[in-house]
Amino acid sequence: MLLLELYVFVLAAFTGYMVISRVPSLLHTPLMAATNAISGISLVGSLIAAGSQQNRVATILGFIAVVCATSNIVGGFLITDRMLKMFRRDVPAAKRARASAAPPAAH
Amino acid sequence: MRDYFIQGSYLAASVLFILGLRGLTRPDKARRGMQLAAAGMLFAIVGTLVSHQIVDYRWIAAGLVLGVVIGYPMGMWVPMTAMPQRIALSLTFSALAAALVGIAEYNTRLTNGEGIPAAIMAAIGIEVLLGMITVGGTLIAAGKLQEVITSRPLTYRGQNLVNALVFVAMLVLFGFLVGHPERPALFYALIALAFGFGILLVLPIGGADMPVVVALLNSYSGLASCATGFAIGNVILIISGSLDGSSGFILSVLMSKAMNRSFTNVLFGAFGSQVTGGAKSAEGLNVRSTGVEDAAVQLAYAQLVIVIPGYGMAVAQAQHQVRELAELIEARGGEVKFAVHPVAGRMPGHMNVLLAEANIPYDKLFDMDEINGDFDRADVALVIGANDVVNPAARNDKTSPIYGMPILNADHAKSVIVLKRSMAAGFAGIENELFYNPKTSMLFGDAKKSLTGLVAEVKNA
Repeated sequence: MLLLELYVFVLAAFTGYMVISRVPSLLHTPLMAATNAISGISLVGSLIAAGSQQNRVATILGFIAVVCATSNIVGGFLITDRMLKMFRRDVPAAKRARASAAPPAAH
Repeated sequence: MRDYFIQGSYLAASVLFILGLRGLTRPDKARRGMQLAAAGMLFAIVGTLVSHQIVDYRWIAAGLVLGVVIGYPMGMWVPMTAMPQRIALSLTFSALAAALVGIAEYNTRLTNGEGIPAAIMAAIGIEVLLGMITVGGTLIAAGKLQEVITSRPLTYRGQNLVNALVFVAMLVLFGFLVGHPERPALFYALIALAFGFGILLVLPIGGADMPVVVALLNSYSGLASCATGFAIGNVILIISGSLDGSSGFILSVLMSKAMNRSFTNVLFGAFGSQVTGGAKSAEGLNVRSTGVEDAAVQLAYAQLVIVIPGYGMAVAQAQHQVRELAELIEARGGEVKFAVHPVAGRMPGHMNVLLAEANIPYDKLFDMDEINGDFDRADVALVIGANDVVNPAARNDKTSPIYGMPILNADHAKSVIVLKRSMAAGFAGIENELFYNPKTSMLFGDAKKSLTGLVAEVKNA
């Protein structure tokens, strides 16, 4: 099992390196916010700790971890989207894009 | 059957995370990419919730609700200007979550008396070690960025020795625990030491070095959740943790390259304290100070203006005035480009986010390598609250502490206008020759006020 996990680790790190090294410096802050949101995946471990009724300590620590991880997921994805929404191209290009899209909803 | 569902949801989540991050390689695909990643997160959560291991949902429900209540304002209401400390604080959360899961796992294995194999103990150890270092470090970083704690480096005699001792003590404890896991007192001592080490590590680091530190701690928190995956045998944690870790790693390498410094130098060099570091003194040199009217005329009749934003623009929150000025110059037929140095501001990409917030289209923002060739044909380089990233000493003064750091070639422009609060030295505490260059004129005052003045004058010009 451990060997398999090491395989996964090395391959995932490699994939991450290949993908993320192509992110332009323009989007480095959204990248940090996004990886932060994704790191909220510790929720998976926290849920098990909080819900498996092993002992009081594990439940309480798990509960705190669930709170931390959830707030990171919710806050992280929301703020990434808020940031990315701000990145737009030059006005003429943006106008053309908007004109071809469906009528915009009220803001 | 249920296991297949769980593993399937994790697999889907992993693929969606990678696709989501790939979306970030293109600004126009980025939002969609992140929506995919968010969907992936939902899969992973649902997959986990149906697991056999979970028997009691009350604490989970409470935790999820509280998490949403805290997370929503952190996502929606935090202003863009507070982004660096917001990012630092969310690193605290994710590292804390990882560390707590590790502590819970240790505790459960200990009380159930099932024994802790060396490999698992090593994973738990690494997890709490990196997790608690990150928690301590990011708390201090967030405090410094919010200026609750002074952003100047805090140094004292023998600091590096103390840090080294704490570091060695951590390693010894860790090594001992791997061999003898059933020593809770030592385990908790390790947690306390790691937390303290994180604090000690970041205290001596100055504000200008924060981009490297935040990126590095990002990498640690990723590796911590990776170690969680090893500790509890969960593959999705390993995958996401290593994605997070490699992102932090790439960013910290880029940041320290952009400062021409090694990690060790950033972490143990206490850069900002080297005020006397052999840099040229400014005595006997003249500074040409200018007024809003003259500067406005220069800008109004320029063909190409390259704006160089720095932390000073962020502090003055002047990005909206910058956009107004740029639009005016463009309306008069001039061209405006923005040159963003990788370490401008307090975190990777800080300036880009602020300028995007001010509605400046991203195809006008250029990174250092793209724009450095354009300075030769620029009529005006407009430096707004940036200092060390345009200091020619980095190029030609071997005694300067920033020698070798790649800089923006502002001094190659036909003229330079520097918006600056006063003649105080930059964060690195070094004199900037650019300010004494005969083609440079200094416009002193608050960046926002100066820019408002410039906007009014360019309108009239």
